[in-house]
Amino acid sequence: MGKAQEWDAEKARSRIHELAHLPGALLPILHALQDDFGHIDKAAVPLIADALNLSHAEVHGVITFYHDFRYNPRGKHILKICRAESCQAMGCESMIRHVEDRLGVRLGGTTDDQLFTLEPVYCLGNCALSPAVMLDEKLYGRVSSDVADSLIDNAQRHA
Amino acid sequence: MSGKIYVPRDAAAVSVGADAVARALTRQITSRRLDVSVIRNGSRGMFWLEPLVEVETPSGRMAYGPVSVEALEDLLSVGMLEGKPHALCLGLTEEIPFLKKQERLTFARCGITDPVSLSDYVGQGGYRGLEKALRLMPETIVQQVVTSGLRGRGGAGFPTGIKWRTVLETEADQKYIVCNADEGDSGTYADRMIMEGDPFVLIEGMTIAALAVGATSGYIYLRSEYPHAFRTVRRAIGIAYEKGYLGADVAGSGKRFDLEVRLGAGAYICGEETSLLESLEGKRGQIRFKPPLPAIKGLFGKPTVVNNVISLATVPIILDKGGAFYRDFGMGKSRGTLTIQLAGNVKHGGLVEKAFGLTLREAIYDFGGGTASGRPLRAVQVGGPLGAYFPASLLDTPLDYEAFAERKGMLGHGGIVVFDDTVDLARQARFAMEFCAVESCGKCTPCRIGSTRGVEVIDKIIANEDRAKNLELLGDLCEVLTDGSLCALGGLISFPVQSAIRHFPEDFAKPAPPPARGIGQNQETRSWH
Repeated sequence: MGKAQEWDAEKARSRIHELAHLPGALLPILHALQDDFGHIDKAAVPLIADALNLSHAEVHGVITFYHDFRYNPRGKHILKICRAESCQAMGCESMIRHVEDRLGVRLGGTTDDQLFTLEPVYCLGNCALSPAVMLDEKLYGRVSSDVADSLIDNAQRHA
Repeated sequence: MSGKIYVPRDAAAVSVGADAVARALTRQITSRRLDVSVIRNGSRGMFWLEPLVEVETPSGRMAYGPVSVEALEDLLSVGMLEGKPHALCLGLTEEIPFLKKQERLTFARCGITDPVSLSDYVGQGGYRGLEKALRLMPETIVQQVVTSGLRGRGGAGFPTGIKWRTVLETEADQKYIVCNADEGDSGTYADRMIMEGDPFVLIEGMTIAALAVGATSGYIYLRSEYPHAFRTVRRAIGIAYEKGYLGADVAGSGKRFDLEVRLGAGAYICGEETSLLESLEGKRGQIRFKPPLPAIKGLFGKPTVVNNVISLATVPIILDKGGAFYRDFGMGKSRGTLTIQLAGNVKHGGLVEKAFGLTLREAIYDFGGGTASGRPLRAVQVGGPLGAYFPASLLDTPLDYEAFAERKGMLGHGGIVVFDDTVDLARQARFAMEFCAVESCGKCTPCRIGSTRGVEVIDKIIANEDRAKNLELLGDLCEVLTDGSLCALGGLISFPVQSAIRHFPEDFAKPAPPPARGIGQNQETRSWH
């Protein structure tokens, strides 16, 4: 996202050490690094492993288990689109196809200009106002193809 | 005159413009130099009316909705602030039939108060349950919960009091209270609403649980898809610490209870309690074998109460009014109230808290007003992605754990997703298997591999390849998943699949459709990292 900083090993090390004392510290550390840098740089793995007395494989295993964590940089804007049952019942599939076609990228991918990453999600808890999407942690309800277009237009204007 | 006007801060209300309405309203009030304060309350749960703006009047709160920024000028000029009539005026909020017909116990305050105001909370009956619990022996607290008949609202329906008793009776130097706030089932949002609309009731419930079993530390494991709820809960925890309701000396009792909220990371499986515990410990969210039960060996190997948000948020009223008061609502072995969440293709989507026993038809038509599209209802999925699809002929099923089990369905967390006659149940069955493949933790073979094979077999059935043979194969596969999986994900995925085949066989007998592109990347090539 826009606020993400360049990878900085020293900053990462100090973030890790701020949190390493927590019981079960690995997820909080991974969230903190991804919030700061937009993704988890592979260079973070040995730093985390060292701080928590884990093997590199254990840290890698956790990063790759969870859908949220990513080794590669994502787009400036993260557009999460719900494709679970409640949104299906309100026709999310045609809206998703529309967004995929407009941005020229499938769910799970990032646009060539690095502006958008499309992520499939399974429920945003807005099921009375389906279809739902979340753009950079802001939730939207009753998202038709037109509403999705206006969200994308707006983000592109401020690019 | 100093007035009050309410605009919800609930994420769903915000998703259709509540923040913009609140900002515009504040501007108007300032420019008109009015003595009115804008309060950001939780949602009343009538989402088709959001943003629902309420004005305090001498006869009660007057509702207007759905309010847009464009309509505000007009609303203010006709005298909305005095509760005057307007096309968007819905009358007194409490008199709106959708709300009036409910029995709100757990959600008694939700939508009424400012969720992060502790004085609102206490002023509306908050912390009375804790006050009573502090005068009781742990065994007596547990007994109240047993008496209430409260069963786990996360979906499994296990008696909460029995779980607590096991933890109470297990000797240990450290015990934990863990709240499962990984509300991942499509069609459910009750946990999110209570965390955003009345977070102190959850904190109070967890504190009472801690007193009951002798725990000093607790965690709320909250899904990362709920950033609004995370911020609200974190703020409420901070306030509870400041005011002495959490920490070393809970409400002056000399008892300690520390509470922290932790974020999940987008794994549906972490709503399964042992997987959740692994995740809290900082590991891959893989299922643990049971036994040992988490009540005996849970978080960090210590006795742990793992309860759903709604279960814990119901504890304060049970302690305040007594187990028998709560037990007197409901039917059969399903005691108390169910928080029904109307979702999908429904005209009036929202939260209905009502004693167990309402029928599906009453929920969908009397409260929900039928389909949003106006087309005939064809299928309903109750209980999330692992719940069965019911046809219209089963709409008279009462919302009760046992009644659903008898019809090979499950009530789960109380989410009802309505589909109109455009739904294709073969595609829904395929989606269920696909979802299972995406979200499987990979620990047991039936779920890890069976779900992918399930997608392939259903694809063949849809493509009209050896239909009879493949339907039989799918039946066998479902049996293996049901009998051989370690947890409910693989164990219950046959519910949506087989109910679709059982109740909607015509959808599996249609001519093969022309190839259409699906959405998203293929499972094998999807790059998550």
